[in-house]
Amino acid sequence: MEQHRILIYILLAIVVTNLIRVTPMVLIKGQIHNRFIRSFLYYVPYVTLAVMTFPDMVLATPTPLPGIIALIAGMVAAWFRLGLLPVAALCCIIAYLLI
Amino acid sequence: MTQRRQDILHGLRDGLPIALGYFAVSFSLGIIAAKAGLSAQQGFLCSFFTRASAGEYGTYTLIGAQAAYVEIIVMCLVVNLRYMLMSAALSQKIAPGTPGYHRLLMACCVTDEIFGISIAHPGYTPPAYTYSAALISTIFWATGCALGITAGCLLPQHIVTALSLSLYGMFLAIIIPPARYNRNVLYALIAGFILSGLCAVAPVVSQWSSGMRTVVLTIIISSVAAWLKPIKLKDNGAA
Repeated sequence: MEQHRILIYILLAIVVTNLIRVTPMVLIKGQIHNRFIRSFLYYVPYVTLAVMTFPDMVLATPTPLPGIIALIAGMVAAWFRLGLLPVAALCCIIAYLLI
Repeated sequence: MTQRRQDILHGLRDGLPIALGYFAVSFSLGIIAAKAGLSAQQGFLCSFFTRASAGEYGTYTLIGAQAAYVEIIVMCLVVNLRYMLMSAALSQKIAPGTPGYHRLLMACCVTDEIFGISIAHPGYTPPAYTYSAALISTIFWATGCALGITAGCLLPQHIVTALSLSLYGMFLAIIIPPARYNRNVLYALIAGFILSGLCAVAPVVSQWSSGMRTVVLTIIISSVAAWLKPIKLKDNGAA
C-alpha cells in the first residue's frame, strides 16, 4: 500500500482518539454537583473494563477453557491485590501452559 | 523532597508495572500492525500518540483491509468512546484552579490503566503523577509495538496468544480490588460480566462490534447503578 495512505490512516486515528479524550475536559469546567452524573461517572470505569474483559478474554484463546481458567485465576489474584504486573503475568502463564 | 518530585516518583512507581504489561500487549498489537503493512516507525508513531489498545487493534485491522478513511474515524469514535466517559470522570479528580493546559494534557494521558490509577489516587490527582505514569508506560507501549512489528513474526503463535491475555489481566487487577470493599462496585461488575456475556451470544446484539457493545452496556449499567446506588458526595474529589 502507498505509504502516504498509511500515514493518513494513522493521523486520523491519532486526531480522533485524542479529540475524544479532550472534549469532556473542555466542556466540563470545575466540579459537577449533580449526584446522578457523579455516580454515573464513578461506575463508568469499572463497568467499561468489566465489559471489555468478558467474554473477550475467554474468546482470545483457541478454545474457551484456557481463557476461562486464566480469567478465574486472574480474578482470584486481583482479589488478593497482587498488583497489575503479577496478575497479568499469571494470566499469560496459565494460558501458555494450557493452550 | 518537594511535593512535585514525590508525585513524579509515585507516578513512575505505579506506572512501571503498567509499562511492563503494556509492553507485552503492544508487542502482540505490533504483530497485527505488521500484517497491515506498517513499518516499525509508523507503529511507534501511532502507538505513542493514540495509546488505545482496542482502538489501535481496530485501526490496524482496517488499514490491512484498506478501508475508507471515514471507517477509521467512525471506528475510533465508537471503540474509544469510553475515553470520553473516563475523561469526564477524571475532570472531577483535578483540583479546582488547575490551569487549563494541565486539564487538556491529563485528558490526553487517559488510557484504561492510567485512568484507573489516576482515579485511585487519594484526593485530587496531581498532574505530575498522571504525567510520569503516562510517560513511562507510553514509551514502553510504543517500543513494544515497534518491536512486535520487527520481531513478532519470530514468535510462535501460542506465545503470541498467551501474551495477548496480559491486557485482560491488567483490567482485572484494576477492577477487582475496589469491588472487595465496595459492594455496589461488585454488583456493577457482576452485571457487566453477565450482560456482556449475554450480548455476545444474543441474536442481533451479537452482531455489534465489541467497541459498540462496550459503549452501550457501560452507559446502561452505569446509569442503573447510579440510579439505584448513588454515591455519597464528598468535595475532595474522591467521589
